[in-house]
Amino acid sequence: MSIDLKTIKHISKLSRISVDEKRAEKLAGDLNSIFDFIEKLNELKTDNVEPLTSVAETTLKLRSDEVKSKNIREQIIKNSPQDNEDYFVVPKVIE
Amino acid sequence: MSDITKQSLTELVENIKNKKLSSTDVTKAFIDRSKKSKELNAYITEDFTSALDKAKKFDQKPNLDLKLPGIPMAVKDLFCTKDVKTTAGSKILNNFIPTYESTVTENIWKEGAILLGKLNCDEFAMGSSNETSFFGNVQNPIDKDLVPGGSSGGSASAVAGQLTPITIGTDTGGSIRQPASFTGTVGLKPTYGSCSRYGIVAFASSLDQAGPMAQNVKDCALLQEIISTYDSKDSTSIDFKRNQYSKELTNNIKGKKIGIPKEYRVDGMPKEIEDLWLKGIQYVKECGAETIDISLPHTSYALPTYYIVAPAEASSNLARYDGVKYGFRAQGENLIDMYEKTRSEGFGAEVQRRIMIGTYVLSSGYYDAYYLKAQKVRKLIKNDFDEAYKKVDAILTPSTPSSAFKIGEKTNDPVSMYLNDIFTVPVNLAGLPGISIPAGHDSKGYPLGLQIIGKAFDEQNILNIAYAMEEKIDFKNKITDWWIK
Repeated sequence: MSIDLKTIKHISKLSRISVDEKRAEKLAGDLNSIFDFIEKLNELKTDNVEPLTSVAETTLKLRSDEVKSKNIREQIIKNSPQDNEDYFVVPKVIE
Repeated sequence: MSDITKQSLTELVENIKNKKLSSTDVTKAFIDRSKKSKELNAYITEDFTSALDKAKKFDQKPNLDLKLPGIPMAVKDLFCTKDVKTTAGSKILNNFIPTYESTVTENIWKEGAILLGKLNCDEFAMGSSNETSFFGNVQNPIDKDLVPGGSSGGSASAVAGQLTPITIGTDTGGSIRQPASFTGTVGLKPTYGSCSRYGIVAFASSLDQAGPMAQNVKDCALLQEIISTYDSKDSTSIDFKRNQYSKELTNNIKGKKIGIPKEYRVDGMPKEIEDLWLKGIQYVKECGAETIDISLPHTSYALPTYYIVAPAEASSNLARYDGVKYGFRAQGENLIDMYEKTRSEGFGAEVQRRIMIGTYVLSSGYYDAYYLKAQKVRKLIKNDFDEAYKKVDAILTPSTPSSAFKIGEKTNDPVSMYLNDIFTVPVNLAGLPGISIPAGHDSKGYPLGLQIIGKAFDEQNILNIAYAMEEKIDFKNKITDWWIK
């Protein structure tokens, strides 16, 4: 398998990470060597194996649906790079 | 007492309880040494003024019933600390000041400990040498220009260099055990679900665990009994009966059955590591334990599995860094452009690489071939351990395939860097506890570690084995203070 520049561009778009030509080429090389290494898994037949999604063999605990954190609006907004009163501010979305 | 920083945690606690030392004495000593140790670059954020205030306050009305009475402690910068900057080693969180405290650190402060500062780590804990940190390399106290391992590199360096009596790290694929091995310290990765993940910056949620890093096994056991609590704020926290690990610690391991997995004898493993392992086998036998050859047939598939599962989870977890709610923001022409520039400028190269791998293996058309496949192989790896534990109580392996390497030596080849975690990754995939203890030196005088892997929730047993071995090994870390001028 080979990851070409077109694929890198596609993944970079999905990841919301802008990548210039030079970085894209470096990434293609890195990802190809990593995927060569990952291909080893194809040696194994796994048709009848159940996928393991969690090692914690436990069921989720139920609790009553109560508000525990009150009046934390200020705390939530505190670290935002740009805010206006009670809102996060982002670049204009609708023209 | 001039050599306060040379004392173990257990000794410091005793001396404070007996009033031979005050919290201020101890805190001052570690702050002084930390200040002289800038060259190690172990700290990202120092909180010394506040630490000294807290120590003085403690001494005015000391509560000596606590387990960590007035003990100063620096922690990995992956734990959210209320009102103290938490960066995860990343530019994207360079200005993030949490408004809440992680459960693990909360547990530590409740027992009387005092925050010294936040320790350097690989960016988002992605790395095996601390070289991916936005805040620069960390030096290994063992030798100049040597990596301390990673991702908990600052933590390992700070404990080995006696900048903090003990610390906590996190371990997703070896990030506690490998740096412990590289610095001649003890590191425990607890069972998945043992320590709450609440307030820890997430990397790969099905693998991440917090754990203690210490100078010796007893200190390690003491911190583990403090940080391991059931927590309703973490949906994967497990409610099981936890031991009083330090009180129940015993070096009596007579009759224990210890498995030696043949698949860990990998190609190209240095003879020094092989010899160390054989020595370890000899030690456990001398302690009255029995060793049994076992097989973990899917061992060689663990690393490829990990490099699908961990990046997949990371790509999802790190989607939250969008320059809107917190952290760094780059200016963009529109919303999408802002996202893309923020993430491109805010994340370092390794983090971007892993987000991209993760995005790719989860993307339409590749999910079954990669992600689902990896989850199936993960099951096979866990089955291997389940099968082995029908015959043995614990498993003994080397911690790493080599001793610490030089800064810059492996940065150009991601796969060779990943191979560092070959012996530690299977443990995370299976959710088991594992401990690395220093067991010898290589020809360069660098420390080498052995790993003891336990059954799930059997921390007490591996701590006991480690405790018994520690006594036999009688390891002395060679710290020359080369960085102190």
